[in-house]
Amino acid sequence: MSRQSLSDAQRESVLQVIAKHKSRPGPLIEILHGVQASLGFVPPGAVPVIAEGLNLSRAEVHGVVTFYHFFRDHPVGRHVVRLCQAESCQAMGASALAAHAKRRLGIDFHETSADGAFTLEPVYCLGNCACSPALMIDGDLLGRVTPQDFDDMVTAGQAHP
Amino acid sequence: MSIDVYVPRDASALSLGAEGVARAIEEEARAQRSQVRLIRNGSRGLYWLEPMVEVALPHGRWAYGPVKREDVASLFAADFLQGGAHPLSQGPTEEIPYLKSQQRLTSARVGVIEPTSIADYVAHGGYLGLKRALAMTPAEIVQAVLDSGLRGRGGAAFPTGIKWKTVLDQPPAQKYVTCNADEGDSGTFSDRMLMEGDPLALIEGMTIAGIAVGATQGYIYLRVEYPHAYAALNEALNAARQANYLGRDIMGSGRQFELEVRLGAGAYICGEETSMLESLEGKRGEIRVRPPLPAIKGLFGQPTVVNNVVTLASIPIILARGAAYYRDFGTGKSRGTLPLQLAGNVRRGGLVERAFGLSLRELLYDYGGGSASGRPIRAVQVGGPLGAYIPASQFDVAIDYEALTGIGALLGHGGVVVFDDTVDMAHMARYAMEFCAIESCGKCTPCRIGSTRGVEVIDRIIEGVERERNLVLLEDLCETMLQGSLCGLGGMTPFPVQSILKHFREDFHARTRH
Ligand SMILES: Cc1cc2nc3c(=O)[nH]c(=O)nc-3n(C[C@H](O)[C@H](O)[C@H](O)COP(=O)(O)O)c2cc1C
Ligand code: SF4
Ligand code: FES
Repeated sequence: MSRQSLSDAQRESVLQVIAKHKSRPGPLIEILHGVQASLGFVPPGAVPVIAEGLNLSRAEVHGVVTFYHFFRDHPVGRHVVRLCQAESCQAMGASALAAHAKRRLGIDFHETSADGAFTLEPVYCLGNCACSPALMIDGDLLGRVTPQDFDDMVTAGQAHP
Repeated sequence: MSIDVYVPRDASALSLGAEGVARAIEEEARAQRSQVRLIRNGSRGLYWLEPMVEVALPHGRWAYGPVKREDVASLFAADFLQGGAHPLSQGPTEEIPYLKSQQRLTSARVGVIEPTSIADYVAHGGYLGLKRALAMTPAEIVQAVLDSGLRGRGGAAFPTGIKWKTVLDQPPAQKYVTCNADEGDSGTFSDRMLMEGDPLALIEGMTIAGIAVGATQGYIYLRVEYPHAYAALNEALNAARQANYLGRDIMGSGRQFELEVRLGAGAYICGEETSMLESLEGKRGEIRVRPPLPAIKGLFGQPTVVNNVVTLASIPIILARGAAYYRDFGTGKSRGTLPLQLAGNVRRGGLVERAFGLSLRELLYDYGGGSASGRPIRAVQVGGPLGAYIPASQFDVAIDYEALTGIGALLGHGGVVVFDDTVDMAHMARYAMEFCAIESCGKCTPCRIGSTRGVEVIDRIIEGVERERNLVLLEDLCETMLQGSLCGLGGMTPFPVQSILKHFREDFHARTRH
């Protein structure tokens, strides 16, 4: 399968998401959220399908996908860990926690661990600044995270796919 | 008779294990055959005590915290359902000094009520403001907001009434009310707490705004990093629709207003209002050139109110209690109260809503209790990543818009991030530039290229390469960004950097070249 083409199942989900949001005002970002929620990322092959569905150019859709940090055009690990690197968390050791996390998983930011379990992303504030340092794993927020907490989270995440 | 027990559903409380505590209380109650009604409230904002469990006793609520799952059995053993003594007991919640000394107007219900219950909201004064507004003319509502002295709490501190009047004065058309819930500043969480703990206050405020300016549709632009707020808002919107506080016939008045939540996608710049409008339209969040103002040509080219969550959530009490009641809090041109957020390296972080005029020192030491590490506080960043770093010598500054501007700082959205004396301020200056480079929308060169150059120059200074020459270069670069940027990201990133050059310059000289 080439990088540009969607599987039939993927195409079907993309079309479903488009149909669901198409009639709402300014629907593109809602659609990208829908696609990423169902496929885990926004495959490059989805761009022309969305463009056609909304009567936009491919360049316009591509431009929106690349503008926003949250959207990604490649698959990620089973769990996405967003480590807060903003000021409040830095004041409570976020840089050291990031170094620990990278060592523990053997990866840098924006990479996925060899076992496919974790993708590590930086994030700039999770609104949990009174409980810094903070991270979010998938939809769950953690506060006052210690290296030990991080390791426990990794162990649990490896066990539960 | 069952006993009401409160365990927050607030994201920060959950991040410290509140869900496990709630489950453990349910299980233990079942095992002991105690009649417990578990209520998931917002947080009171005393985050060093979270997860904080409260029990409703006949004479008021009693607090225990910070409670871990493992503590639950011993709480039952100590008969906490009757307010029994226990090492984690904090006594009557309202008597905790941190809370007792606050002046909670906007956040009065946060942590107190069940967030998405209309009945609880109304029992605590909710929808009184809307009821009053429905009996007034649009011009009278706008006048009340003007008279209250309320200024935008999102950062720019523009008078809210003037903005509303501009939208009201536009000829009848499809107008919009939009809420900026992008809350991207590090050290801020008051929007989040409100949306999770009292979402109906925001909904009521937006409904009043709609009636005041003649808008029938509203949007809340919520950052994607806030899934818990997203859930609470949508539950509250459904409850409000079902009870006719939203829809085609609000409270039987024949007036109409609808509201929906839209998610951002992880771009700090989308907190700037014109970028937010582009994003709401489903586009790249590039800054629009002003004029026209959003109040004249905003969302989809229509007249649009853009206000922050705290601004809008302050509207109901202004209408309910009257403009004078609100205006009588505060000092000078900073009227009313501000929910300050105390974060970073501080012992007692949390939400402190007070009238303007409190000193930074009182906030840091009386409320905050000093640093979490126990070391001296060296620097405090107020107002998010674009705010200045304030040195200890200036901690007596009053927290109001004018006083902070007077020392070259800014209040912004009211976030206060504390650093102890282990902080490397040269590194923080580098981070300010790096953040600007990551988040720049790319429209202007001084911001897009200048910030990347800024990182490189600071790296050279830190390394000790032609240090004096590069310090001059950094100062020039700050000037260029200040002068040549279209919006506050490029135009204000120099503030933290310049404040470090001014107050913490020695940190640029820390390392000598080998
Ligand atoms: C780079 C940048 C980021 C901003 N981020 C936010 C934000 O996250 N939330 C917010 O309410 N205002 C933010 N603002 C301010 C908005 O542009 C705007 O002034 C505000 O939403 C108006 O609402 P208010 O008058 O109620 O404060 C930001 C401004 C700039 C320049
Ligand atoms: S200053 Fe930066 S973020 Fe603002 S418009 Fe210019 S490039 Fe975009
Ligand atoms: S700075 Fe990390 S949660 Fe706000």
